[in-house]
Amino acid sequence: MATEESTGLVFHPMDQFIVRPLFGDGPIHWYTPTNVTLWLMLAVLVVWLLFVAGTSGRSLIPSRVQSMAELTYGMVHKMIEEVSGKEGLRYFPYIFTLFCFILFSNLLGLVPKSFTTTSHIAVTGVLALMVFLGVTILGFVLNGTHFLGLFWVKSAPLALRPVLAVIELISYFVRPVSHSIRLAGNLLAGHAVIKVFAAFAAIAVVAPVSILAIVGMYAFEVMVSVIQAYVFTILTCVYLKDALHPGH
Amino acid sequence: MENVATYAELGKYLGAGLACIGMAGAAMGVGNVAGNYLAGALRNPSAAASQTATLFIGMAFAEALGIFSFLVALLLLFAA
Repeated sequence: MATEESTGLVFHPMDQFIVRPLFGDGPIHWYTPTNVTLWLMLAVLVVWLLFVAGTSGRSLIPSRVQSMAELTYGMVHKMIEEVSGKEGLRYFPYIFTLFCFILFSNLLGLVPKSFTTTSHIAVTGVLALMVFLGVTILGFVLNGTHFLGLFWVKSAPLALRPVLAVIELISYFVRPVSHSIRLAGNLLAGHAVIKVFAAFAAIAVVAPVSILAIVGMYAFEVMVSVIQAYVFTILTCVYLKDALHPGH
Repeated sequence: MENVATYAELGKYLGAGLACIGMAGAAMGVGNVAGNYLAGALRNPSAAASQTATLFIGMAFAEALGIFSFLVALLLLFAA
């Protein structure tokens, strides 16, 4: 619909999310290298550059790159300690990996002509499902059947408890859905909005307004990228807290 | 038969548009969280910094339901 000549839109705003094979035009199998694979690997490479190559100096007075790495480390460390408590720090490596990976996937998606891997529910869904499975298994391993106390609200009147248990159960199983779709949806929507404005830039009369709007949206998207990585991680911490200390 | 397909197509787009009304609810929710946080933070600025994590968790939960309406719109447009 957007390719109609009369509207002046020359590309569809959702075109940027199409998964394409890197080489040739063949069908996509699970082993085909696609643009998703490329940008996922680039995200890993950037994380490696910042945390392995950037901190290899191990200087007492950190360089700029090293202090960036140290600040990120410190921030996530403090977040886990505050939200999930001291016991949560055992799972710091996983949560920190999640944060860095999502942060750089989001930020790399903002490079022009790049591909936003985290805008695909297939990518964020796996991340959220791993957290969900990990936290559920952890809850049962650490607390046994006490973990089910999460659904049996002791502070509520006895008559209300079965009703609340159903609600709690539903909200528990909806967690991976909202966890993954929040990240994917925010990035998808933001990038689509930028592309919609970009399409209007082809019309001379509104071009200045639309270009200014792109600049504004771009800045907003940088903020959204960081905040969504933060939110994904902090929710992981909240779920982890439920597994470590079930019961309300 | 062609009419049925056309009406189904029409319904998809109408439904996707209607699903976006749900975003108004999420907007009110997120605004409520942020507004109340600001009101509280201005009364007691020294306690504000310790509550930013709670602020973001609250925002994330309020936002999730708006994201669901967005998901419904996407499903109608691309998957139904």
